[in-house]
Amino acid sequence: MTTLVTHSTLLTKRSLTALLRQPAFVLITLIQPAIWLLLFGALFEDVVQIPGFGTGGRSYLEFLTPGVVAMTALFSAAWAGTVYIEDMNLGVMDRLLASPVRRGAMINGTVVYQGIVSIVQTVVIILIAYAAGARFERPLVGTGLTFVSAALLTVVFAAMSNAVALLSRDQNALIGISQLLSLPLVFLSSAIMDPELAPTWLQNIATYNPLDWAVVVSREGLSTSTDWAAVWPRLGALAALAVVMSSLATQAFRAYQRSA
Amino acid sequence: MSHPPAALHGAIAAERTTAPDDGAYAIEAQDLVKTFPSGRRREPVRALGGLTLRVRPGEVFGLLGPNGAGKSTTVRILATLSQPNSGSVRVAGIDALADPAAVRRSIGLVSQKPSAAPMMTGRESLEMAARIHGLDRREARRRTEELLDRFGLADAADRLTKTYSGGMNRKLDVAIGLVNRPSVLFLDEPTTGLDPEARAQMWAEIARMAAGHEHDGDSRVTVLLTTHYLDEADHLSDRLAIVDHGQIVAEGTPELLKSQLRGDSVVVELADAAAAGVAAARLATHPDLREVTREGRTVRARTDHGAAVVPSALAVLEQAGVMVASATVARPSLDDVYLRHAGRAFEAVAR
Repeated sequence: MTTLVTHSTLLTKRSLTALLRQPAFVLITLIQPAIWLLLFGALFEDVVQIPGFGTGGRSYLEFLTPGVVAMTALFSAAWAGTVYIEDMNLGVMDRLLASPVRRGAMINGTVVYQGIVSIVQTVVIILIAYAAGARFERPLVGTGLTFVSAALLTVVFAAMSNAVALLSRDQNALIGISQLLSLPLVFLSSAIMDPELAPTWLQNIATYNPLDWAVVVSREGLSTSTDWAAVWPRLGALAALAVVMSSLATQAFRAYQRSA
Repeated sequence: MSHPPAALHGAIAAERTTAPDDGAYAIEAQDLVKTFPSGRRREPVRALGGLTLRVRPGEVFGLLGPNGAGKSTTVRILATLSQPNSGSVRVAGIDALADPAAVRRSIGLVSQKPSAAPMMTGRESLEMAARIHGLDRREARRRTEELLDRFGLADAADRLTKTYSGGMNRKLDVAIGLVNRPSVLFLDEPTTGLDPEARAQMWAEIARMAAGHEHDGDSRVTVLLTTHYLDEADHLSDRLAIVDHGQIVAEGTPELLKSQLRGDSVVVELADAAAAGVAAARLATHPDLREVTREGRTVRARTDHGAAVVPSALAVLEQAGVMVASATVARPSLDDVYLRHAGRAFEAVAR
C-alpha cells in the first residue's frame, strides 16, 4: 500500500513539475476558464430575463459559475491521456513498465495530477466570478461541494481519457474523441442555459449527463434553498462513475500490455 | 511491499553469489514464438519462430541482426513488456511469465528511445527511478550521485534532459537502467543514432560494465545487447547470436564463429549485375574457390589460399570478357558469418 502511495506521488509530482516548468501552459490553464466565464457571462448576460429562466434571483454570472467550473474540469481532464501518449512515443512507458512501478500508480499519477489542476482552476474561476460581482449565498458549503464535484468529474473523464489513450495509442484519436464529446456534453447540460427552456428530449439527456450532475451539485450547493434531494443522488452517481471509469482505465492498461 | 534498500541489495547480492557458475543461466529463453496481428483477414506476422537463447551470468551477449529480425521483440519478452505466444523465459533465475514483478526488480532496461522525461533534469530522473525501485530518499540521492559521476553527467545534472545531446541522453538512459544494481541489463541498440565519439564512449562504458565495475569487482552484471552493427557485436560481445527471421541461425564467440568459416573471403565487384551473373558462374568452376554467391553486382567466395588466388580468378574473368571493378581478399569477418548463416550479405539487409 505504501509503495502504491509512493509511486503515485512520484508520478503526480513528475507531471506537476513538467507543467510548472512551462509558464505559458500554466498561464493558458488559468486564463482559459477566465475567458469562458467572462465571455459567456457577457454574451448571455440578459438570458436571465427570458420568462421561465430559473435563476432564483441570481445574476447570470452567478448561474454560470458552476457551469464553467464543470466545463473546465471536463476540458482539462480530457487531456489526461496525452501523458501516456508522450510516454509511449518516448521510451518512458517501456522503462516504467519494466520497473516495479505499480500499474495503479500509473493511473493515479495522471488522475491526481488532473485533479490538482482542476482544483486550482476552480479556485481561480470562483475568485474571478467574485471579482466580477458574483455573490454566493452559501459560500462554504457551496464551494466545498463545487470542489468535490469538480474533482469527481475530473476523475471520470481523466480515467476515460487514459483508457482511450491506452487503447488507441494515438494522439489524434485521443484529441478527436475528446473534441467530439466535450462540447455536446456542455450543451446537453444546464452549464450555460437553464434546461427548463430547452426541449424535453434535451432535458432528459441532461439527467444522464455526468457534467450536468456536477453542475447541479455545485449550483444547488451555492444557493440558500439547496435541494438536497437533487444533490445526493448526483454526487453518488458521480462517485460511482469515477470508480467504474478508474477500473476501466486499469483494464485498458492490461489490454495495452497484453497486446504489446 | 516497500523494500528497505539494505534488504533489496542484500537480496540481489545473495541471488548472485548463490547462482552456480554452470547450469544456471542469467537468461534462458526456450522456443519463443511471437506473432502480431496484421489486420483483419491477414495472416499474423510471425516475429519469433521458436527462438532459443541461453546467456551465462556475467557475460556480454550480443544479439546481432538486421531491423525486423526479432531482436527487439526478444528483448521486450525478456524484459516482461511482452508475452510470447508460446515458450518459456527465465531471467535472473526467475520464471518471467509466472512472476514478472520479481524479474522487474532484478533487471534494467535501456530501450531504443530515450527513457527520461524531457521536462525533468537528469538528477530528478535518476532519483525518481531509484525511488520507484524502493530506495528511500537518502539512498536514492546517494545512488544518483554515484551514477552521475560515473557517467560524466554531474555538470549537466540539473539541466532539463530535453537540452541533452543524443550521447548524454543515452548515458542517462543507461544510468537509469543501472539504478537498481540489476543482475541483468538489456541494452536495445545502445549506439543507434549516436555520433562516433558518443558511440566510442558508450562502447567504453559497456566494456567497463563487463569488467565488473558496476559491483566493485565482486560480481559482473550480465548484459544482453542488441545491435545491427557488425563491428559493435564483434567488439563488445563475449558471445553473440545471429538472429534472422525470428530465429537464431548461429551462436558462439565472435572468434569461433569466424574461425568456423575456414579461409578468407574474396569479394569481386563487377561493373553491372549481368556481368556479376557471368562472373559467379565462371568463378564457381575455379578449383580454389568455394561457396560462391552473388548479390547485385557483387560476387563473394571463400578460399584457403588467401591473396594467391586472386590473379588466377581475375584471369578466369578476363577470359570470359567480364569487366572487374574491384577485387579484395579479407580475413573472415562477422559479415561473412552472417552471409553464411542467413544466406545473404548483412549490408544488403541492414539498411
